[in-house]
Amino acid sequence: MTTTATTTTLGRALNEGLRQAMRDDERVILLGEDIAALGGVFRVTDGLAAEFGDRVVDTPLAESGIVGTAIGLALRGYRPVCEIQFDGFVYPAFDQIVSQLAKMRARSRGLLRLPVTIRIPVGGGIGAVEHHSESNEAYFCHTAGLRVVACGHPQDAYDMLRAAIACDDPVIFYEPKRRYWDRAEADLARPVDGDTLGHARVLREGADATVVAYGPAVAVALGVAEVAATEGRSLEVLDLRSLSPLDTTELCRSASKTGRVVVVHEAPVNVGLGAEIAATVMEHCFYDLEAPVERVGGYNVPYPPARAEGDYLPDLDRVLDAVDRVCAP
Amino acid sequence: MSPDSGAAPAADRADDVLRLVDPAGTLNERAAAGMLDVTGELVRGLYRDMALGRRFDQEAYALQRQGELGLWLMSLGQEAAQAGSIRALRADDRVFPSYREHVAALCRGIPPAELLSQWRGASHGSWDPERYHFHIYSLVLATQTLHAVGYAMGVRYDAADSVVLTYFGDGASSQGDASEALNWAAVTSAPIVFFCQNNGWAISTPASKQYAGPLSERARGFGLDAVSVDGNDVLAVHAATRAMAERVRAGGAPGLIEAHTYRMSGHSTSDDPKRYRDHAELARWEAHDPVERVRLLLTARGWADEDYFATVASEAEELAARTREECRALPEPSLSDTFRHTLCEETEALRREREGFETYLESFL
Repeated sequence: MTTTATTTTLGRALNEGLRQAMRDDERVILLGEDIAALGGVFRVTDGLAAEFGDRVVDTPLAESGIVGTAIGLALRGYRPVCEIQFDGFVYPAFDQIVSQLAKMRARSRGLLRLPVTIRIPVGGGIGAVEHHSESNEAYFCHTAGLRVVACGHPQDAYDMLRAAIACDDPVIFYEPKRRYWDRAEADLARPVDGDTLGHARVLREGADATVVAYGPAVAVALGVAEVAATEGRSLEVLDLRSLSPLDTTELCRSASKTGRVVVVHEAPVNVGLGAEIAATVMEHCFYDLEAPVERVGGYNVPYPPARAEGDYLPDLDRVLDAVDRVCAP
Repeated sequence: MSPDSGAAPAADRADDVLRLVDPAGTLNERAAAGMLDVTGELVRGLYRDMALGRRFDQEAYALQRQGELGLWLMSLGQEAAQAGSIRALRADDRVFPSYREHVAALCRGIPPAELLSQWRGASHGSWDPERYHFHIYSLVLATQTLHAVGYAMGVRYDAADSVVLTYFGDGASSQGDASEALNWAAVTSAPIVFFCQNNGWAISTPASKQYAGPLSERARGFGLDAVSVDGNDVLAVHAATRAMAERVRAGGAPGLIEAHTYRMSGHSTSDDPKRYRDHAELARWEAHDPVERVRLLLTARGWADEDYFATVASEAEELAARTREECRALPEPSLSDTFRHTLCEETEALRREREGFETYLESFL
């Protein structure tokens, strides 16, 4: 297979993923606020209305309506892709996601399929006002019937979005908003690969400790590994990609290999995904562990004003400190 | 609370509430003016739907009292609103019900056992929505109105000529989803009819505490077409629904029908309406009984004789017997199946959990 790798941004990779999905399947419909003429506040849907016309729908400003009507479209055989403008705006749609979308297949005893993708720009680090920097993945990971994924770099953005749209289950698709403009090489013509949706991936191999991250924290983890290497430490970076279900096989393989684990996410540590990861590692890899699992994440406070977010978000130094703790003799 | 706070029979309401048959079973001049082609065959069919629906509801109530169902939500008194509306649609017009539309569901051919399954605790939703063009019940109020609008958008994309009808109640109209759905339908010109059964009560809260202005005015404010009908007059409901469905089918604006009816039972088998409503109110509504009204009309016109009523009554008894039998024969649910239906394919994580559960069960053997 020929590769057609180009240097692109994460946002551009998502845009191309949507375009290809819409070209391949005319039942893919986009719903969201300001996604047609404007191309979305992050321009992820830029140019799509020009190509696909009324399949790109500027909706009323009503998130419950976006998800509720997407459910109806899916019942009619369409594959709606919803854009929630910012993470903190998803809560008006909470009932439609948690009580309707997630449960309808089980409620119908497997008769109904709900191929709905809900794209949510997630996380902080862009100096935004409140409700625009949240990490709310734990709510959705706690709900059976949803798949929850987060991409961390352009190639995954493209591959995972295409796989999410092709998936017959509802998918909450988190896009790390402060990485929209990050550039990397990516092949934006690859065929759909469903495997990208449920599996973690090692982005950097290492021997001394595993740093588990997803979404916007992946770049932090890679930076940590880079710095640690200069200090003589070999860190493995595991990009979870799938938050629900968790790829426990890959997680435990890496944890057993290094014996030391640091989990990094922007969401508050309190009842966050790191707790589930730590418990999973403890249950399955207890006798391979050399140190307690460390969690680095947001504090148990409302997301702070933008000028204080640098202290709130897990950064290089906080993660390196955690690495020091798990690696302490 | 005034005794009338829940609801007043439509006879006491303004003239803009459509009625074709008065409670004594007499067709009025609006009916004579050709609003509906009223034939003996049409009225007999609607009478049968309502009589069977009422007997089914009565049997389900008894089954709950006998411990066969965990809960039942009675449709008593709302037969005209449901039979009149569903029979005005084409078989391929998609319906999104709330949770009390048993009469409408029976009209669509949904077997009694499948209607009882979720109230017995055997499932959360039983029938195949594709087969009956009738979605499974929604228990969170007004959520289905948005599903209906989305489905209708799909109908429009497909350039199909079916319409969508969604049932909801006076209580549900207070939900944000209801307003979002009305607005959304108007903005997208989705081919949909919103059918509100205003039965006067949302458990113990009267409709007067849900909205101060008529629902029809609210709908018009959103840009929808709207009519009010006497919900206990099956011919008025039928005429209004058919007219609106055909207008929507022909590309007209989506619309709302508010049917003024009355919940003659409690909200559910767990409810006790004596705690919050006056018996006199119920007595007033009993004089407006929707089934009796049609019986009087059929008799007065000579469209049905005692033999006909006896035949329907015996059919109703057969339905009740079948309902009892099928209810008791409903298979017990399996938790293992729930693992398999959580996602389209059982994931590794779900498989592990299911196998752990099954191994645990086997440890008792």
